[in-house]
Amino acid sequence: MKYLLIMQVNHEVLDALSEDERKLVMEGHGAFMKTVQDSGEFILTQALADPANSTVVTGTGGAPVVSDGPFLEAKEFMGGYYMIDCESKERAIEIAKLIPDAKVKGLSIEIRPVMYSAGADL
Amino acid sequence: MNREIEDLLRRLAPRVLGTLVRRHGQFEACEDAVQEALLAASVQWPEQGVPSKPMGWLVTVATRRLADQWRSEAARRARELAVSMEPAPDDDPSRDVDDTLRLLFLCCHPKLSAPSQVALTLRAVGGLTTAQIGHAFLVPEATMAQRISRAKQTIKGAGLPDGPERLPTVLQVLYLIFNEGYTATSGPDLQRVELAAEAIRLTREVHRLLPENGEVAGLLALMLLTDARRESRSVDGVLVPLAEQNRDRWDRTRIKEGVELVTGALPKGPAGPYLMQAAIAAIHDEAPSTEETDWTEVLILYKILDRTAPNPVVTLNRAIATAMVHGPAEALALLATLDDDKRIAGHYRLDAVRGHLLDLAGEHDRAREHYQRAARLTLSVPEREYLLRKAAHRP
Repeated sequence: MKYLLIMQVNHEVLDALSEDERKLVMEGHGAFMKTVQDSGEFILTQALADPANSTVVTGTGGAPVVSDGPFLEAKEFMGGYYMIDCESKERAIEIAKLIPDAKVKGLSIEIRPVMYSAGADL
Repeated sequence: MNREIEDLLRRLAPRVLGTLVRRHGQFEACEDAVQEALLAASVQWPEQGVPSKPMGWLVTVATRRLADQWRSEAARRARELAVSMEPAPDDDPSRDVDDTLRLLFLCCHPKLSAPSQVALTLRAVGGLTTAQIGHAFLVPEATMAQRISRAKQTIKGAGLPDGPERLPTVLQVLYLIFNEGYTATSGPDLQRVELAAEAIRLTREVHRLLPENGEVAGLLALMLLTDARRESRSVDGVLVPLAEQNRDRWDRTRIKEGVELVTGALPKGPAGPYLMQAAIAAIHDEAPSTEETDWTEVLILYKILDRTAPNPVVTLNRAIATAMVHGPAEALALLATLDDDKRIAGHYRLDAVRGHLLDLAGEHDRAREHYQRAARLTLSVPEREYLLRKAAHRP
């Protein structure tokens, strides 16, 4: 079963991290990736640029409208994700807890099952 | 490679591997050696013809590869191997039989997670390549390679188990493979290995080895009787429920074989859950329509199943049969007993069945709510399409 582990981040929380803490998180992601690669559960990861760089195309029923900026002005946004393939939802939760974000107060990981996949590597 | 040679190689793969593991232990090394031997055969046989003793040929080549591997690793091991090198066997055929079964038991080692058991079984017993397995499960080859390699490390040192206590796990793994193939939602893809067919092939092999086992016969029958309806199970990517399927398109050969397995196994003793489910599938497959289905018989079988192997999914199916025999009110009352059952809470099928029963009871507005909720909860695209149509439908 494939799951997307979505890292929901937050500027306030990220800005408040010390340099050492930021370094720990970064290194933690490397160690985390090695763990899920070794277990044969890792598929893909992407880190996304800040939503300040976003452009949104909105359907209007006629010509789509293009606007700069994030889709939603929200405190939390998707910072990146891991895609994994594992035995069960319980295992997905176990894996999500290993992501360094899970150790930082105020950050969350959302676990969503994948319904359909296609792509060059699959 | 031509089809006949490919089939032959995949049939022989587990026997060759079983023989090697029995003689030398070291599952991981043997597995690599057998893969190389299979590769060599797939290149040579189509050109030079199939050797007169194909099994012996493969064992000899694999054993040589194993020796090469060990020689390059450590001279000591090579010396040990030299002692155990024997001429190619086509020795005792009953041994091959035991080896294949024991190999299956090994691949379904309790220390492995279900996805690892599945991957290892398909590779070691099914003779599929890592790329084929990755492709079948829509997982990158590197991920699958790592999963298999980790699984092999985990069971390193474990010899071939004798005990039949792992048979239930083996059957579960085979059923998982079947369902993965049967419910696959991905688009047309010629390279995608037919997992349902592979599961049937492997289960057929287990049935050949254990012809008297009712659950093995039951599982094989269940797969055949389910697979018989595959062609009519969805149209244009939308699920078609049993009641609306075009029964002319059901595979009669598969049905005949499934029914014979069920009728052969039922008198031999108390029926386990697979055989019971197969018996129910046989009633559906032999009925010309939903109306002419013997729902009383179906209901009796579900009641027995719900008592002997209690499970909320069985209760759901029993509720559908109850509605056909006693009407929707009684069925809805039975469904209500599942409301506090954590095992099925939040599962789309609870809402889908409730929607169906409310529709039968004439409560279409409430039915719509449950269909909509089921559509949001399902993880299958064809199912979602079906449920959304039911939600939009105004009788």
